[in-house]
Amino acid sequence: MAEDNGKLERFEARINAGEKIEPKDWMPERYRQQLIRMMSQHAHSEVVGMLPEGNWITRAPSLRRKMVLLAKVQDEAGHGHYLYSATETLGVTREEMLEKLLSGKAKYSNIFNYPTLTWADIGVIGWLVDGAAIVNQTMLAKTSYGPYSRAMIRICKEENFHKKQGYEIVATMARGTPAQRKMVQDALNRWWWPTLMMFGPHDKDSPNSGDLLRWKVKLKTNDELRQRFVDITVPQAHAVGLTIPDPELRYNEETGHWEFGEIDWDEFWRVIRGNGPCNKERLAARRKAHQEGAWVRAAAEAYARKHGREPGKAA
Amino acid sequence: MSAQNIAPELQQPLFEYLLRLGDDRLILGHRLSEWCGHGPILEEDIALANLALDCIGQASVLLKEAGTVEGQGRSEDDLAYFRDAIDFRNLLLVELPKGDFGFTIVRQFLFSTFSYFFLEKLQQSAHKPLAGIAAKTFKENLYHLRHSRKWLVVLGDGTEESHQRVQNALDELWGYTEEMFYMDQVDEALMNAGIAVDLQPLKEQWLSMVREALQEATLELPDPDVYQHQGGRTGFHTEHLGHLLAEMQILPRSYPDARW
Amino acid sequence: MATEKNVPEQDTQWPRWEVFVQEKTGEPHQHAGSVHAPDGELALQNARDVYARRGKVYSIWVVPAEHIVATSPSDQGPFFDPAEDKIFRYPHFYKVPRGVKNL
Repeated sequence: MAEDNGKLERFEARINAGEKIEPKDWMPERYRQQLIRMMSQHAHSEVVGMLPEGNWITRAPSLRRKMVLLAKVQDEAGHGHYLYSATETLGVTREEMLEKLLSGKAKYSNIFNYPTLTWADIGVIGWLVDGAAIVNQTMLAKTSYGPYSRAMIRICKEENFHKKQGYEIVATMARGTPAQRKMVQDALNRWWWPTLMMFGPHDKDSPNSGDLLRWKVKLKTNDELRQRFVDITVPQAHAVGLTIPDPELRYNEETGHWEFGEIDWDEFWRVIRGNGPCNKERLAARRKAHQEGAWVRAAAEAYARKHGREPGKAA
Repeated sequence: MSAQNIAPELQQPLFEYLLRLGDDRLILGHRLSEWCGHGPILEEDIALANLALDCIGQASVLLKEAGTVEGQGRSEDDLAYFRDAIDFRNLLLVELPKGDFGFTIVRQFLFSTFSYFFLEKLQQSAHKPLAGIAAKTFKENLYHLRHSRKWLVVLGDGTEESHQRVQNALDELWGYTEEMFYMDQVDEALMNAGIAVDLQPLKEQWLSMVREALQEATLELPDPDVYQHQGGRTGFHTEHLGHLLAEMQILPRSYPDARW
Repeated sequence: MATEKNVPEQDTQWPRWEVFVQEKTGEPHQHAGSVHAPDGELALQNARDVYARRGKVYSIWVVPAEHIVATSPSDQGPFFDPAEDKIFRYPHFYKVPRGVKNL
């Protein structure tokens, strides 16, 4: 115990000095467990997040839009991949992580339990959901765990275009036909509040925040990040003539911040507990892909074994 | 040879020829894109999306060139979104539903092997824009071939189940392979001008490369006398294409006055 | 609610390979991440699809993750400290007459 205390002290001193923690370094079990939880949730979110947007790949309204969307959804697979990869350095396998997702034990971001009803949703997701993700991920690029930080740096670089392509769709529709303007305002109305929920509960209701901040896994609180997102986004909505669906929204000249109304936390907790519009569909789609791919994964392993090509024997 | 100085009697055949090549890749790319988010493992999800992106990118430049040759001001999007099934010129092979992963792989392998020999020759086309497109497409197709051939062998020589699944897919798809070598007056007119590729000599090369891969994959060459479906090149399609297009074209067709 | 039977009992995501990418000739291969693959050829293909989607890659190495031998944090002192006091490995350790060039 005394020895552990010494280790903990040294660990925290390193973190306070701005050093990164690497996979083989000593770390408190709680740090490891919190990282596994947070990083695998993040990975699951990328992979489940492919579904709502993937819903429109075959219906994209031009070949250019189709290629952009396909490339974006593919990036999400890639980013899920980087994140699983980084989480594996903490001693958990991808098999274990997927088992937790598919059995419903692991969480992923609530936002992907909402449906994409019109093409405008594709624009608004890129603009709002990726916009919110960028705010969060820019912070996580500086996280104290080396592999997580490196994955985030790569992801931030690649996601540069995601928000822009979304906003381009939104701007195009906002100056389009009456039907398009209706679609894009409707999409904003549906996605605005769920996007604000992406940053998680208020700091006072966020049980994991304390340790995560102390160990510099997170560098900003949920409320700070949410405020930053609102400040960035409101002028972008106004620039294309869209209305944020919040009657309490107003600019505070003194603080320089946009003040906004209260989030419906009942909805937040209801969706987390499995009763969002698409929770069942999303999980069912992931399970189906996993089950239908089982014979492929088994075949590849059998082939490698048969031909002595598995990694242990790779030439 | 640019759009302006194509001999008038070649304009219509060349337009038709470009539609055939463009539609093949548009429809195949559509089928591949249906895998996005549903692949057997994350790595393969990403790989299939890469193939789909290549195909749709190729379709886009081919249809754009078709619009230029036609000279009526139609863009690649007009051609993709505002033609009916009877005006599409793709092979039946590429419009069949994506099936299981084995079916997708076998189709890709058969088509990419054909494309390998076809694009090799097309790079010498007297229609310079087409030769240029062929060169870029040839390179992309090399990877499609490597990827699908590897998977064909892995699945063929994997488990009993995987072997049976790809053998079934192969048997089913075989009846759609002859159409790849279909030629008519469109090809003949363009071959005389050095624009199109003579497909007849490619057949032996194609079959020999396929046979070699099947052998490595421990798969049986299907019955050579199986009925061969034809019709895509002249607009006589399977019922699947109409559904695919209904989905693909819904937005531009529903809101013809909108820009996206 | 999910039950055990939703997930195949013996799932495999294939073995893990570490991926090293060289962006240009003349530059070192750098660790990019990992991929899962049943054999070397598919590991290379997967690495290409995952880490070279945006071009800018000249060469890729894949290495079975289990084949990598690494130092551990307890090696830190004995492995790396002794190098720190051998300042004679650095050019500024040496004194030469002023004005002599090209040493």
